[in-house]
Amino acid sequence: MELTTVWFILIAVLWIGYFTLEGFDFGVGMLLPILGRDDRERRVLINTIGPVWDGNEVWLLVAGGATFAAFPNWYATMFSGFYLPLLLILVALIVRGVAFEYRAKRAHEEWRRGWDIAIVVGSFVPSLLWGVAFANILRGVPIDADLEYAGGFWNLLNPYALLGGVTTLLLFLTHGAMYVGLKTDGPIRLRARRLAVQVGVAAAVAAVAFLTWTQIHTGNGGSAVLFVLAALALVGGLLACSQVREGWAFIGTFVAIALAVAGLFVALFPDVMPTTLADGASLTTTNASSTHYTLTVMTVVALVVTPFVLAYQAWTYWVFRQRIAIHHIPEEELAAAG
Amino acid sequence: MDALDLARWQFGIVTVYHFLFVPITIGLSAIVAGYETAWVRSKNPQWLRLTKFFGKLFLINFAIGVVTGIVQEFQFGMNWSSYSRFVGDIFGAPLAVEGLLAFFLESTFLGLWIFGWERLSPVLHNACIWIVHIGTLLSAYFILAANSWMQHPVGYSYNQATGRAELHDFFAVLFNKVQLATFPHVIMAAYLTGGAFVVSVAFWGMLRDRERGDDHQTFRHGVRSGAGVLLIAGLGVAFTGDISGKIMTDVQPMKMAAAEALYDTKSCAPFSVLTVGNLNGSKHTDIIQIPCLLSFLGTGHFHGTIQGINQLRAEYQAKYGQDPGRPYYSPGDYTPIIPVTYWTFRLMIGLGLLSAAAAILILYVTRRGRAPTNRWWARLAILLPLLPVAANSFGWVFTEMGRQPWVVFGLMTTANGVSPTVGAGLVATSLITYTLVYAVLAVIEVGLMIKTIRQGLPDVTPTEPSDGGDADRPMAFAY
Ligand code: HDD
Ligand code: HEM
Ligand code: HEM
Repeated sequence: MELTTVWFILIAVLWIGYFTLEGFDFGVGMLLPILGRDDRERRVLINTIGPVWDGNEVWLLVAGGATFAAFPNWYATMFSGFYLPLLLILVALIVRGVAFEYRAKRAHEEWRRGWDIAIVVGSFVPSLLWGVAFANILRGVPIDADLEYAGGFWNLLNPYALLGGVTTLLLFLTHGAMYVGLKTDGPIRLRARRLAVQVGVAAAVAAVAFLTWTQIHTGNGGSAVLFVLAALALVGGLLACSQVREGWAFIGTFVAIALAVAGLFVALFPDVMPTTLADGASLTTTNASSTHYTLTVMTVVALVVTPFVLAYQAWTYWVFRQRIAIHHIPEEELAAAG
Repeated sequence: MDALDLARWQFGIVTVYHFLFVPITIGLSAIVAGYETAWVRSKNPQWLRLTKFFGKLFLINFAIGVVTGIVQEFQFGMNWSSYSRFVGDIFGAPLAVEGLLAFFLESTFLGLWIFGWERLSPVLHNACIWIVHIGTLLSAYFILAANSWMQHPVGYSYNQATGRAELHDFFAVLFNKVQLATFPHVIMAAYLTGGAFVVSVAFWGMLRDRERGDDHQTFRHGVRSGAGVLLIAGLGVAFTGDISGKIMTDVQPMKMAAAEALYDTKSCAPFSVLTVGNLNGSKHTDIIQIPCLLSFLGTGHFHGTIQGINQLRAEYQAKYGQDPGRPYYSPGDYTPIIPVTYWTFRLMIGLGLLSAAAAILILYVTRRGRAPTNRWWARLAILLPLLPVAANSFGWVFTEMGRQPWVVFGLMTTANGVSPTVGAGLVATSLITYTLVYAVLAVIEVGLMIKTIRQGLPDVTPTEPSDGGDADRPMAFAY
């Protein structure tokens, strides 16, 4: 296999890692006020992702870095082209990350309410915008012959892309609710299961619509298979959830997201960013890529390091496998003003 | 201001801001890990109290280090897309390796450390924070390798057909001689900063908790250990900085000349400590000068020759052809802004070494169980960490501004690196957004730091790892 293809696959894998992992912590963040009825319940929710959210986010950073290294033209065109959405995502990730760390540091109602808003908005914005961005990549954007983005902000807002955004949003909500069902105990757990099924049905509808549209527009045989399997996994997850099989339910949404993202990349290949301009040029795995030498170096590093990363991240989930309930949250007095 | 100027301001602001937190993360993670090791070995609860106390402060700082780092990762593509296309083949690799090797390590093991107090054995728990520290060192190594390549490109060739620089020796990039001096220098500067932070906070606490014997005593341990780190790192910074200066004289002679505002080539060049005047080469008056020191700094001999700006300018113009033609610089030459390089170089050295001097003073006034009674000491102590933090910023501003007008020395000017399709309006939007968000974050983080410091040392009841029997008790730490 060409090394450029290998790196296309590896980058797909990094995005799959990112969406399946950070997907559920975005979901938990958005569900904070819905599943958490008081401060202690909200703290239960935050603590289910406390030890892992930062490690999950690194998948994004590595996806960015790997794109820079393996496909510099892709990195340059995409990030300069999607400037405003990316800015919004970055600001969202900033306030969200700080919120997790700082929220519990003062026992004041106002303070905590402020950070709750930061967590909800900071999880909502990227959940929506990553879908919009990926849909636009698949749909094609105006790229001129110099490989520069030639559109504006409004090009990015079209019905297909918005449907993509709604799909990721609903999928992450479902995925987050499944995770909460798996990781908590008590009333939150019940509420999460019920919500997961309700939102999950909406997510399934949106996902089927979006993936079908994608399949008609850019799909191929491989993507069709993956999309169908993704839909089945999602339905399976929802069924498992309604049967109180929380582990299988979470695996269901996890696999569904992984397969759907894989399908999107299969539909995209060998382009990495197709153009919509007649006299423009699409970015492909060949014209966007680094040299063979760089790809070789990177392949060696990735092959050596990745198994360790997977092993210790998995170990973290094992160490913190215990369910959390409100009696695990230390008691404290909340003061009203701050 | 056009998009280029705005993009430059943005890069400078967000990078300097990121680097306010980075040295504290690097330095403090090592010191906290050291305290925990001291506790694991001695079981003296004083060390555990210091671990938890400085651990909290470390986390408050770390959070901002992480979120500001995310912006760094993406802004090359957003604002510097031409640069990214040109160097991606070389520059992208260390950045990707940094993420894979360092960021995963830091974030995962920090999560284990924060939440793992009662789930991991003390030794394993301590290992986690050491691994976090190793992660910060790896992260620094790879990003500095990328930066050193911009100062002194090696291991690449320029490909006419693709119009970009292409890698042919990854190890040359990793072991670039600039990198071999820069990495220890920056790490020493980070330890210096971490040490100053610990000394300052512990000294303040020690004076405040004078009445409470145990707290006072524990803080005293903090002061003395922090001062030890600070002093050793101070020596390290001077030593590695000296090596850095020699390499810089070799690979970027213009930067050394600009650091000194030395207009004409000299042997036995003096080091000027203070100057008045406008440094434009016509007339400025050195107030304090140390004869021949510059020659020694740059070459290792008191009679070594240091090239002057005027000679270098002529040489660069002959070598690199036309001037990039930006009004931001002295017109028609390859000279950085002299007053900036001159003053930042001095401030870096001066403020950094002043903090080491302060450590000696604090060690002296706390010798053998003493503690000063004058309240001014506590107030002055608060200022101590600001010195190395500022010195770090000045060091970067010097290094980066001294390289101008190049973004990659000798290969690409900064003006040519900027994104061609991103207009001034967009850059201004993001510049204003980041500046506002960062300003708010700074206020919140300083507020939290002060609150945490005022709370003083936490009481500790050492927890043993649970073997399942008491799984229902509250978590030792919870968000
Ligand atoms: C000498 C050290 C150094 C320097 C010059 C830089 N950084 Fe940094 N960076 C660190 C040392 C560091 C660190 C010590 O590893 C941090 C600070 C706090 C933290 O969490 O890790 C970090 C965090 C950090 C993160 C977040 C990692 C996470 O989520 O855990 C990113 C993405 C970057 N950095 C990227 C950059 C880029 C692209 C830089 C160049 C322009 C840069 N940093 C300069
Ligand atoms: C190790 C990572 C780096 C650090 C810590 C760093 C630090 C700095 C600092 C402190 C400044 C001075 C800002 C000012 O004077 O306002 C600066 C300027 C700049 N740097 Fe870097 N830099 C790093 C890597 C890079 C990279 C990878 C690029 C590639 C685009 C870059 C491009 C620039 C540009 C364009 C400027 C603006 C120059 C100016 O305003 O005069 N730097 N950087
Ligand atoms: C005797 C004291 C010092 C000397 C001789 C010295 C020398 C140098 C030199 C020559 C450079 C430029 C390297 C280059 O551009 O190639 C530099 C950069 C730098 N210095 Fe220092 N320095 C000293 C003290 C300090 C202190 C106290 C700090 C901070 C606490 C510090 C922080 C930095 C930083 C962050 C950089 C930018 C990174 C780099 O290029 O190495 N330095 N220093």
